[in-house]
Amino acid sequence: MKLNLKVWRQKNANTTGKLVDYTVDGLNPDMSFLEMVDVLNDQLVKKGEEPVGFDHDCREGICGMCSMYIDGRAHGPQHAATTCQLYLRSFKDGDTVHVEPWRSRAFPIVNDLVTDRSAFDRIIAAGGFVSVNTGQAQDANNLPVEKLNAEKAMDAAACIGCGACVAACPNGAAMLFVSAKISQLALLPQGQPERDLRALRMVEQMDAEGFGNCSNIGACEAECPKEIKLTNIARMNRDFLVASVGSETE
Amino acid sequence: MALDSKIPEGKLQEKWEEYKEHAKLVNPANKRKVEVIVVGTGLAGASAAATLAELGYKVKAFCFQDSPRRAHSIAAQGGINSAKNYKNDGDSVYRLFYDTIKGGDFRSREANVYRLAQVSTDIIDQCTAQGVPFAREYGGLLDNRSFGGAQVSRTFYARGQTGQQLLLGAYQALERQIGLGNVQMYSRHEMVDVVIIDGKARGIIARNLITGKLERYFGHAVVLASGGYGNVFYLSTNAMGSNVTAAWKAHKKGAYFANPCYTQIHPTCIPVSGDYQSKLTLMSESLRNDGRVWVPKTREDAKAIREGKKRAEDIKEEDRDYYLERKYPSFGNLCPRDIASRAAKEACDDGRGIVPSGFGVFLDFSDAIRRLGIDTVKARYGELFPMYQNITNEDPLKTPMKIYPAVHYTMGGLWVDYELMTSIQGLYCLGEANFSDHGANRLGASALMQGLADGYFVLPYTIGNYLSAEIFTKAIPTDHPAFEEAAKAADERMKKLLSINGKQSVEDIHRKLGKIMWEYCGMARNAEGLTKARKLIQELREEFWSDVKVTGQQNEFNTELDKAGRVADFLELGELMVIDALNRNESCGGHFREEYQEQGEAKRDDEHYLYVAAWEFKGVGADPELHKEELKYENIKLQVRSYK
Repeated sequence: MKLNLKVWRQKNANTTGKLVDYTVDGLNPDMSFLEMVDVLNDQLVKKGEEPVGFDHDCREGICGMCSMYIDGRAHGPQHAATTCQLYLRSFKDGDTVHVEPWRSRAFPIVNDLVTDRSAFDRIIAAGGFVSVNTGQAQDANNLPVEKLNAEKAMDAAACIGCGACVAACPNGAAMLFVSAKISQLALLPQGQPERDLRALRMVEQMDAEGFGNCSNIGACEAECPKEIKLTNIARMNRDFLVASVGSETE
Repeated sequence: MALDSKIPEGKLQEKWEEYKEHAKLVNPANKRKVEVIVVGTGLAGASAAATLAELGYKVKAFCFQDSPRRAHSIAAQGGINSAKNYKNDGDSVYRLFYDTIKGGDFRSREANVYRLAQVSTDIIDQCTAQGVPFAREYGGLLDNRSFGGAQVSRTFYARGQTGQQLLLGAYQALERQIGLGNVQMYSRHEMVDVVIIDGKARGIIARNLITGKLERYFGHAVVLASGGYGNVFYLSTNAMGSNVTAAWKAHKKGAYFANPCYTQIHPTCIPVSGDYQSKLTLMSESLRNDGRVWVPKTREDAKAIREGKKRAEDIKEEDRDYYLERKYPSFGNLCPRDIASRAAKEACDDGRGIVPSGFGVFLDFSDAIRRLGIDTVKARYGELFPMYQNITNEDPLKTPMKIYPAVHYTMGGLWVDYELMTSIQGLYCLGEANFSDHGANRLGASALMQGLADGYFVLPYTIGNYLSAEIFTKAIPTDHPAFEEAAKAADERMKKLLSINGKQSVEDIHRKLGKIMWEYCGMARNAEGLTKARKLIQELREEFWSDVKVTGQQNEFNTELDKAGRVADFLELGELMVIDALNRNESCGGHFREEYQEQGEAKRDDEHYLYVAAWEFKGVGADPELHKEELKYENIKLQVRSYK
């Protein structure tokens, strides 16, 4: 099969970019979208042109590194899948496909389809943890966790930090990402001592990074490859509010 | 240099306690002055960097990905072993130790493995305290499952994403230390050389993958936790970026490389389906709890399936060969990975493979569905079935899965002593990157355990024993001649790569190397093939250095140049693997030499090969020098590893 691609090319953060046309032929519907980009890049390299820069690593949908808009949708047309788990059978022979990097003020472009998502790391560093040094732990079974809460915590913890929620949001909000971590730890007894402080610090850092705010559009949930739920944002807002008005921590 | 494993004296059960009680300490005021470099942020690297920072050391951590959270530990599905004995089913530290030694086919160190089993219980406590959402029972306590041939339930898990959750726990601990200013994090940085001054590791040269510039970093000690080298086979279950470069550069600077030929081929992966394929996807070993592996009894039926004339459902029960159940009645479909993989190869080599390439077998859930009902089976393998269906476009609830073994894990790696120090002073190696505690074959759910044991509970003690003597060493300026020299060599190598301007892409040559490795140094090896492979690799290396085409410039974002450097190192490592496989005239664990078998089973030779083969680098293409570390079994009796 054949695809006509319009790919965003941009040398680095200081230059302007543009869409460039490529045609890739001889494709197989069982190929993943990223393997198709591999084929394109191999052709470019052999012609002495620079290959398309794109982030990718595990290629099994868990590392969260791959990230691109495909026809304007974060990770492409398939529901609940990362770009690496998208297969060409989702396209028709001869389709024209637009490929672009995440667009968000807080994710500056590094090269072509590669963006800088280190803002997410800084949000975690601000409070997305339980303060327990190695060796301080008590026996694991001393902290029973209600099974339902453990399951809900796991649902939230499944976030892969890819940034699709930000990319999908018209406001460029990172609230699904931030709330997933806040929820995971808020649902577990281990997370209670720092619950208020965590909500305050992570939200503060989120704002400082230039992410937008939630206006209940729900695009983040719709595009999240791990189906993280919008209810996490509600939980985050509640924790943030409680911490802001009722807490003596700060 | 003679190999000194520095195993403490005394009874097996007391060695680690004894060691900890006498290891030298660094006082808190001095720790602040001591800098440690950690390369890699997977389970081993992130846990080590976080713990060292908690202790007060100044840490610099490096990863090539855009964030430390991406390291490939994240992809581990099944679980983590621990001798908690929460199930009251007779597990103990000794039993986990014994199973790991036996699973490793008696090619690992007793003292290291015992320590691993001991600290395995602390790991679960630590991770739970961090908020890792392990699976729970209705009473709120932690759940366990049995895994990979163990007769007890000692595997803790977080759905099919245990690696992800453990890594995120370690990553969060690391980010906390970054936020506190105790760790300086360098993402999108690749270590391209280690700097040795007066025989001690004193820093690294790293390439900033965004600017392309070479940067220099000093450390009183350097810790490598850079993962395994399975990508030497091109196709593997590793991430695309997984590479041997950090470990290989250390090897070329004097660190011995141990048991490079021990490769784990995982039996349940999705078969190769085309030349474009970039990686192989693992289907969790837990599927073998309910799935039955089979091929048709006759070549005719297999051929008909390959050609699409028959389907699995058309083959009658009596015409199917459930070969694992037939050959290994006591363990059946749950026999260890190396054995299950070899049996699949044997069936396919016999002409009974069931995918067009000939290399695939069925993993059939129809019995389980009949016995348990479709809903139970679906719930049990919730994420795995849709993942398989997404990739292959076939529904495993309706037709058997097709699987084939694929390269998954490398037991070999840099040689380390009991303190995890390599043969270079002050250079440590953790996790999959070291030659590890898994001997010749790793058991399921043991990799996560080892990575976290090394990083949380072993290195933080052992490194103090070395650093206590380093507190008077001032930070060495990075214009020291040794830094200059290493940076210059790295710079010249990149210039050379960019100047060849040949016809083949890096990918082309990597793919060729993979084919050689898989054909001659894969699931079955023999002297003739290995001898041939060495020559082929040498020729391919020449081809690479004369005909590769690397586009772009040096001082910019350039993924082709990143890849070229990694493949150049794989081309050297591949030769060492072949040399090691040729040297080991026996079959053990993941290393199967066709000349050494007894009725189709691996035949070990304890009389001549009860040692760790640690290789010293003597130049590219030259014969490396073999150093032997004899393995002493004082607590466990050597025996034939049988799963029949």
